[in-house]
Amino acid sequence: MRRSNVGLWLAVGWIGFGLLPWNAIAGQGFFALGWLAGYPLDVRTGPGAVQLIHHGRLWLLPIGVALAVPALALNGRIGDKTAAALLVLCGCAGLVALVAIALAIDINGWTSPSFATYFGILPGRQPGLGYGASFVAAALLMLLCQGVALRGWARGDVFVAGAIGASIALVGLFTLYPIARLFVRAFLDRDGNVSLPALAARFASGRIWGYGGVVWNTLELGLMTAVSATLMALCFALIVTRTRLPGRRLANVLAVLPMITPPFVVGLALIMLFGRSGVLNAVLDFAFGIRPTRWIYGLPGVWLAQTLALTPVAYLVLVGVVQGISPVFEEAAQTLRASRLRIFTTITLPLMAPGLVNAFLIVFIESLADFGNPLILGGNLEVLSVSIYFAIVGVQQDPGRAAMLAIVLLSLSLALFVIQRRLLARRNFVTISGKGHGVPNLALPRTVTGLAVVFALPWAMLAVVVYAMIFTGGFVEKWGLNHALTVRHYVTAFGAEIANGSVQWTGGAWNSFFTTLTIAAVSAPLTAGFGLLVAYLLSRYRFTGKGAFEFVTMLSFAMPGTVVGIGYILAFNAPPIELAYTGIILVACFVFRDMTTSLRAGLASLSQIDSSLDEASATLRASSFATLRRVVLPLMRPAIIAALVYSFISAMTSISAVIFLTSPRFDMATVNIVGRAEVGEYGYASAYASVLIVLMLLAVLLIRAVVGHRRVLGGQSLVERSLAPATEVGVQHPASRQRSPASHGLLVRPRAPTEPA
Amino acid sequence: MAFVRLMCGSMQRLLVVLALFALAAPVAAQEVTVLCNFEVDWCEGLKASYERTTGQKAVFIRRTDGESLAQIRAERSNPRADVYHAAESASAKQLASEGLLEAYKSPRITELHDWAQRIAEENKYFQTPIYTGVLGFGYNTELLAKKKMPEPKCWKDLANPAYKDEIQMANPGSSGTAFNMVSTILQLMGEDEGFKFLAAMNKNVNQYTRSGSAGIRAAGKGETTIGITFLHDSVAQTVQGYPVKTVAPCEGTGYEIISSAIIKGGPNPEGARKWMDFVLSPAGQNVAVTVNKFQIPSNKNAQTHPMAPKASEVKLINLDLDKYGSKEGRDHLLSRWENEVFKAPK
Repeated sequence: MRRSNVGLWLAVGWIGFGLLPWNAIAGQGFFALGWLAGYPLDVRTGPGAVQLIHHGRLWLLPIGVALAVPALALNGRIGDKTAAALLVLCGCAGLVALVAIALAIDINGWTSPSFATYFGILPGRQPGLGYGASFVAAALLMLLCQGVALRGWARGDVFVAGAIGASIALVGLFTLYPIARLFVRAFLDRDGNVSLPALAARFASGRIWGYGGVVWNTLELGLMTAVSATLMALCFALIVTRTRLPGRRLANVLAVLPMITPPFVVGLALIMLFGRSGVLNAVLDFAFGIRPTRWIYGLPGVWLAQTLALTPVAYLVLVGVVQGISPVFEEAAQTLRASRLRIFTTITLPLMAPGLVNAFLIVFIESLADFGNPLILGGNLEVLSVSIYFAIVGVQQDPGRAAMLAIVLLSLSLALFVIQRRLLARRNFVTISGKGHGVPNLALPRTVTGLAVVFALPWAMLAVVVYAMIFTGGFVEKWGLNHALTVRHYVTAFGAEIANGSVQWTGGAWNSFFTTLTIAAVSAPLTAGFGLLVAYLLSRYRFTGKGAFEFVTMLSFAMPGTVVGIGYILAFNAPPIELAYTGIILVACFVFRDMTTSLRAGLASLSQIDSSLDEASATLRASSFATLRRVVLPLMRPAIIAALVYSFISAMTSISAVIFLTSPRFDMATVNIVGRAEVGEYGYASAYASVLIVLMLLAVLLIRAVVGHRRVLGGQSLVERSLAPATEVGVQHPASRQRSPASHGLLVRPRAPTEPA
Repeated sequence: MAFVRLMCGSMQRLLVVLALFALAAPVAAQEVTVLCNFEVDWCEGLKASYERTTGQKAVFIRRTDGESLAQIRAERSNPRADVYHAAESASAKQLASEGLLEAYKSPRITELHDWAQRIAEENKYFQTPIYTGVLGFGYNTELLAKKKMPEPKCWKDLANPAYKDEIQMANPGSSGTAFNMVSTILQLMGEDEGFKFLAAMNKNVNQYTRSGSAGIRAAGKGETTIGITFLHDSVAQTVQGYPVKTVAPCEGTGYEIISSAIIKGGPNPEGARKWMDFVLSPAGQNVAVTVNKFQIPSNKNAQTHPMAPKASEVKLINLDLDKYGSKEGRDHLLSRWENEVFKAPK
């Protein structure tokens, strides 16, 4: 019954309109329940229906009508076509009315005096929209989606239509709206008047374009970092998934390690290593009399730091794809007597293209938006993200210039995004199909293994050294001055004592620590879930505006955090939507900023999975839930892990996005660490960072343990394969048979090409 | 489809979790919310001392001056904080002219030094100074000795080619400290001569940092020899144990005025006034000594850290903070600096 959900959403709508307070509750908030005292007749806490009838707030009438009329669609005698028209009409009209109300009333009452004369003056400070309005908005949106689904949109599937509608609405509200609020500034001069000459003057400013200009520097850095990080990630992915080298398990951890570091800390460690008075220069000076230089400050330093920091991101996107490549084509090529190197360059590498290109895109965009590393190591190198930050907070505060620079930054990301789509367009990368093969992947050609090791080894060593420095930094009095061992910093940061039978958290870090942990734990599953959902929708369904939607989801990610932060304050500080100084605003910021990585990992992974698998499962009468649980999700495990890990870590370590969003109750760990490092308390900063690193490492391991491995035949037995004698090609390896319990059914039943897939 | 259904489930969870977070939405008015531009240890000390002394609650958000300024402007329709604490005088003046601050004449005002009273009065009590800091520079004694460079004593010395690539200062476009330094030089030497000196010094500058105190911190760690900064930041490096010597330039030097101001329409105006009274009192200003800060307090009866620069050893010029403080003045100074100094060939 395709219309059964109409009743459900109508009920939600009427709960919102008839029961819950329409406006946000001032003071202690909704859950303090203090508002129940005046409920329901008090105009400040009353539901929309009461405000409409009892207080004569006629502007709420269209909402009531839009929620009443769709009840007709419940009547089975009304045809699908009429019902669809009814739902679409009411959904649209209701939403338009809601947005109009939101825009017409701000904190000081009506925004236009003509409304006031018509509807009467609204006295006092106006509250923002509350739970009642949110429920109504959700219901209206869903009714609209049901309507369009009835008309055959999204293959007529109401769930898909609803999911697409909800995603578009959420992304619009939490990404597009805040950024638009800021971008408008680009068209205003410094007195707040609309002025195209102001925009033109900003745009033509000399330091932006040309060789050595901000844009040039940014692009140069972005390309260098994207190439190096993707290359490093490829090396690690190959070593981990395709070789039997000793220590490859360690490599698996090392490849992700630098991501789990508060960004500031890596820059500091690099200075201690490579700075003018750093370890390396001291050794060179002592041993060879080479005069110490400041080479680290500028492009080389930022490049090094970004490569270190972003390789893990590329690795996470890439490793699932590399694992997922089926050996069938390689086997075919081998049968045709191609050399291993030829197989690698003509088959393996091209099949990795979605992973490589997605990783490249992510790293490039992150490099453009990166703010911490250019700030610490940039020297006189000027890049967009830093210019934008100082256009907002510098001596000449000019949000208009910041907005214009942000538009330039976004155009760069957009251009890259378009190129990426062109590159991957109309190609097929499906390698995971229903056909079992039982053949493990080929071993890598020796040259490739060698190259991968040559690249990966120094990088891994650098990562180890940087980590060793951070950990020891927490245990010595003062790095560089006094190396006496101490636990003082840990006591200052994480001290606790028992007084009057209860634990007193005396350390300075606890508050921000618990907040950060909570926010990250809440954001990560939401980010991953939402990102993968959107990835699924984008890869499996066609709908109008898909390309634009895909790009909009990247907007927030592609912006330097500070820009997003200021946009969020502008958008969510005052009614109609008041979220500033709450935890929600931090969670929303993380979810809509970091979902891009989940989305890209999901897209890369889904592009390998043959959609005929879903269909086959349905043909075999598996319920769609079983298909999901036993086919799609298990095959997407690497993407799920990547999404969860990335979102969790990003929420734990991000700094620029939260600069303007932290509040006394919601202080974040990274902000605390940077503040301490600023006053020279490197011991405290290192100790805090070490605790975070260990915690994140545990979280990563936990996520992996919970989500588990993808079991695709061949993908798992690749290790055994590389030792197996050539004659075993085509013979099912014993190890893979052991791993084929019946419960895995279709997927792991090996060598059954004749069975219906 | 089931995938989508599962995801719809998780979106419903999203709503529930978001709802739970709203629980913590703080609009409680009994505490005072302070945008604190001090370093974090100072903010913490101040909060603790305020709560002990007054029995009132205070919460703070650590920001840099520019961030606070941007935030107060962005929140103008619905201010969330009560106090703009440790504002640069020029920033507070701008906000006052935009109508975002509330004037308040604290009963403590008579206890302040004359200079502080004068500035409070000039600003119609939209801001009241809490300390002043003197501009100068510091150098790494080990590096100086190792490279056998002469000891710098005056501003003029910094143009000496002996210091090629050895000086760091902040970019006046991003840092109030550096902006203050450039204004000081222009006032000392005259505008044209001043820019000529800065262009000559540019050859010795290895990096224009973003933050005002980054240069002297780099000098402490041996990443550069000389850092131009406020004397109190330089002394802090020495006290932390780095081989840094602080210099008050012989020609005389400028200073910064740091004030506290009440944000108009904040949730707790009563608490904001209490906070102002507290930070202007000796008790409030003595917190600086306990957290090793070396600025010169505005209250006559407040203690100054024994390591703080001595007034007798510093020659102060009569710095005209307004000349380059206005929007046009800033634009003018920065565009000349950019064209004649920053872009000058090295």
